Amino acid sequence: MRKLKEFIVEKLILICGIASIFFVVLIFLFLLKEGLALFKFVKPLEFLFGKSWYPISEPPQLGILPLILGSLLVTLGAAVISIPIGVGCAIYIAEIAPARSKEVLKAGIELLAAIPSVVLGFIGMVTLVPLIKNLFHLPTGLTALSGSVMLAFMAMPTIVSIAEDALYSVPKSYKEGAFALGATHWQTIRRVLLPAASSGILAAVMLGIGRVIGETMAVMMITGNAAVIPQSILAPVRTLTATIAAEMGEAVVGSEHYFALFAIGIVLFIISFAINVTADLCLHKKR
Amino acid sequence: MIKKLLLFLAVITFAASSFAAAKNSIQVKGSDTMVNLGQAWAEKYMETNPGDFVAVTGGGSGTGFSSLISGTCDIAMSSRNIKEKEMALAKGKGINPNEIKVALDGLAVVVNPKNPVSKLTTAQLAGIFTGRIKNWKELGGNDGRIVLLSREVNSGTHVYFKEHVLRENNPNSREEFSPAALMLSSSQAIADEVAGNPDAIGYYGMGYISNKQKPVMVAGDEKSEYEAPTIENVISGKYPISRPLFIYTNGQPQGLVKKFVDFCLSKEGQEIVLATDFVPIEK
Repeated sequence: MRKLKEFIVEKLILICGIASIFFVVLIFLFLLKEGLALFKFVKPLEFLFGKSWYPISEPPQLGILPLILGSLLVTLGAAVISIPIGVGCAIYIAEIAPARSKEVLKAGIELLAAIPSVVLGFIGMVTLVPLIKNLFHLPTGLTALSGSVMLAFMAMPTIVSIAEDALYSVPKSYKEGAFALGATHWQTIRRVLLPAASSGILAAVMLGIGRVIGETMAVMMITGNAAVIPQSILAPVRTLTATIAAEMGEAVVGSEHYFALFAIGIVLFIISFAINVTADLCLHKKR
Repeated sequence: MIKKLLLFLAVITFAASSFAAAKNSIQVKGSDTMVNLGQAWAEKYMETNPGDFVAVTGGGSGTGFSSLISGTCDIAMSSRNIKEKEMALAKGKGINPNEIKVALDGLAVVVNPKNPVSKLTTAQLAGIFTGRIKNWKELGGNDGRIVLLSREVNSGTHVYFKEHVLRENNPNSREEFSPAALMLSSSQAIADEVAGNPDAIGYYGMGYISNKQKPVMVAGDEKSEYEAPTIENVISGKYPISRPLFIYTNGQPQGLVKKFVDFCLSKEGQEIVLATDFVPIEK
């Protein structure tokens, strides 16, 4: 009887494990099937490097270069803002903060992760967008920069909590050794702890960026969604994710536009897959 | 444990039966332009016909058609005619879209009240929205780059504006919205941005005009009179940018759907059209 129970539980867990992989494969196959159908109509290079996105014209122009650049620009901006702040915050929590403020800070950061992106988008729309418009004397505040700032808020919790874990798991003896040699606290952090935790911190950064590139709702609300190749971070952009979200409702099933949206899905999938693999490699290097 | 399970089952069956009981309900879906109108119709209709239920949701004309085709709504509201591709798709699924014209809508072009420009020809509008005219100075306004606001491509308003203003009703024209145009997801978002941005210009149905925006007077060409987007001017046909609004049903409307459609076309229904700032169709 006990053995039977053991057997059933074991198999159940196995099925759960296989199921998650199975679903990922199914999703990927579906994406491929629908997305690759596009290339009967459009050459892959024209799709990736075409400069105009006019999906509902006759004939449609399906070039996603402006969208790719838009996504990259917003992500880059968010990385520049969130990495220094996030890593700095992680160092403070792991090393410097007294036990009490450490607890408060950690709880606060987890709370930040719990804010739905549509709420952040809305807050950005009514506060950040007018601020950026007035600050830089722009014709409109719906810009890549607004998106970057809001997305930085979304990447920060991921970066802080994983980087803090990495710093915390550096063996105590390293730190004690450094102190014993007469190093100051700052010297220890900079020369000993950061290099020792570097692979974990890199993974934290990659996962944070992975979250940013897949984010949809907030960027759709505050980046202006103009499908033009961005000249600066103070110009409106249209991201890959916002394009799918905004246009999926309209696309006639089985049309070139419909397949193109799935092909954009493939591009996004490849980008986030690459980021996740890099993060994984970083984490494993540590062990 | 078993007691809990039974209770759970009882709740499920109850919920399922109450859904089944809601057979006298209609789903209406589609054009964002028409959501307010549809909502007003539904409210008045349900007041006079207690027991019937009409649910109205927006999403864009294209969304309405795809719901009608997939059978998830009974009536699609649309601010444009059905496309050939959508028609073919519907026929393939055994759906037979039936077009009923229910109202007219004037498309207002709006700017910020601080903007001195108040008259434009449709040719100038085409120049502005395709990106050939870039500065308000060229139109006699202040020195400032024009900020173009457009609806997303799932909007019937977007399609209408492109075909009838940008392409000036020429089906062979290849004109497109300037890629620099900001694509906003609702008429309200355009109204808000125009209200706060002195260099912005946008377009939407007349119903969304408030005192925070200034509707531009439009002329078909330089020789004609500049007309404001008012109900009288749309009925008389003097205002150049107006369009019909439709609802689509699957085949000839029957039963509850027919009752609702008849209500929309009745004198009372057309009074609601007027009250929501659209233009009634002539009887």
